[in-house]
Amino acid sequence: MSKHLVKIRVNGQDREAEVECRLLLVDFLRENLALTGTHVGCDTTHCGACTVLMDGDSVKSCTVFAVQADGREILTIEGLARNGKMHPIQEAFWDYHALQCGYCTPGMVMSALFLLSHNRRPTEEEVRRGIAGNLCRCTGYQFIVDAIIEAGSKKMEGE
Amino acid sequence: MFPARFDYFRAESLAEVLDLLARHGSEGKILAGGQSVIPLMKLRMASPAVLIDINRVSELQAIAGDERGGLRIGAVTRHHHMEIKKWPRSLALLTDAARVIGDPQVRNLGTVGGALAEVDPAGDWGPVMLSLGARVRAVNPKGERTFPIDELFVDAFTTCLTEHELLREVEIPPLGDGTGTAYLKMERKAGDFAIASAAVRVNRSPDGRCQDMGIGLGGVGLVPLRARGAEELLRGSNLQEEVIREAEESVRKDCEPLADIRGSVEFKRQVAGVLFRRALKIALRRAQGEEVEAGHV
Repeated sequence: MSKHLVKIRVNGQDREAEVECRLLLVDFLRENLALTGTHVGCDTTHCGACTVLMDGDSVKSCTVFAVQADGREILTIEGLARNGKMHPIQEAFWDYHALQCGYCTPGMVMSALFLLSHNRRPTEEEVRRGIAGNLCRCTGYQFIVDAIIEAGSKKMEGE
Repeated sequence: MFPARFDYFRAESLAEVLDLLARHGSEGKILAGGQSVIPLMKLRMASPAVLIDINRVSELQAIAGDERGGLRIGAVTRHHHMEIKKWPRSLALLTDAARVIGDPQVRNLGTVGGALAEVDPAGDWGPVMLSLGARVRAVNPKGERTFPIDELFVDAFTTCLTEHELLREVEIPPLGDGTGTAYLKMERKAGDFAIASAAVRVNRSPDGRCQDMGIGLGGVGLVPLRARGAEELLRGSNLQEEVIREAEESVRKDCEPLADIRGSVEFKRQVAGVLFRRALKIALRRAQGEEVEAGHV
């Protein structure tokens, strides 16, 4: 199996590496780039803890090969805060106690970002649909839903 | 886990895909959205020696009307795109189905062609395309062929495509005036495959007669099923309650569910019958111009 050169823009920075084609994007982010905010939570593409944005779309990075992301833009949880200031979604998660152990949280926040980028005033039903690909074992989801609705009412970057 | 080693080729054009299939088709698999094939490879339940990535082939991503008033949907059309597209009311079941596939992340990458070619017994597009009487256009290095979608589904996870063939697009025939459609799916939990699902297409004349019917069932057989018995009962009828009840009974009898973690044989039969009846009711309301939401039950 040959190695492939990939050029991926991660959190605004161009990154380049020679990788095996079977390297999963989540492992590329965690191992090659030391961006360990993106988590591995299952082996079956269910839990969504590995969720990142690829060209603006939420994807489960455990189910994408790094070579597929060649030439594309990736946004991880590390790319949200600006100059030490939390993103409005992160602030809302804090204010609404939307995390306990925090393991699902990066994936939840990225899914929330994707949802809110298409629908700024989601109903509770729409939020629950929007995080259907993210499992949480701690919170029972209610505070996560509340946080996302709250975040939607805040100004975001570029507005 | 991560997959066993393989060689990877990314095609930038349809011609390249065909060339790669000619050279590697026998030991290779197509990589579209990857939302079925990559999980299988990670569990090492599938270890193709070659993956042919078709995600950047623009010729496979188009949705276009054709000369006869039908629709051609490219194989690499994402479920998400199907979900947000504004379809005419007669094709409302496309939105119904797209909304209930997996979850948002899966819908952003997963594709119509990939899902159809996967032949998951509980997949959503299969029943939908069966009910529409859709056709598949498959291309290979030497030419192409078009055939009814029923022929695609040979067995669970098995298509009729040869190792050098690519499912290029699915063709939906023009639907007559007075057509209403609906898709209903029952699942155990968010993001799950169907316990059972029903896709219904009804063509209703202004005086209330059923001119044509298409019924596709998911999760109740090794492959998506066409409920031809029920279709026959309803075709030409006035869609009276007794006929609908007979058709529901026919749906229950004709499905071939397997007991598994999603339900017993009896439970799945029952669900299929109920979903068919409800989907038919919604399709009829839509045929008469009403806006109705459907999808999850």
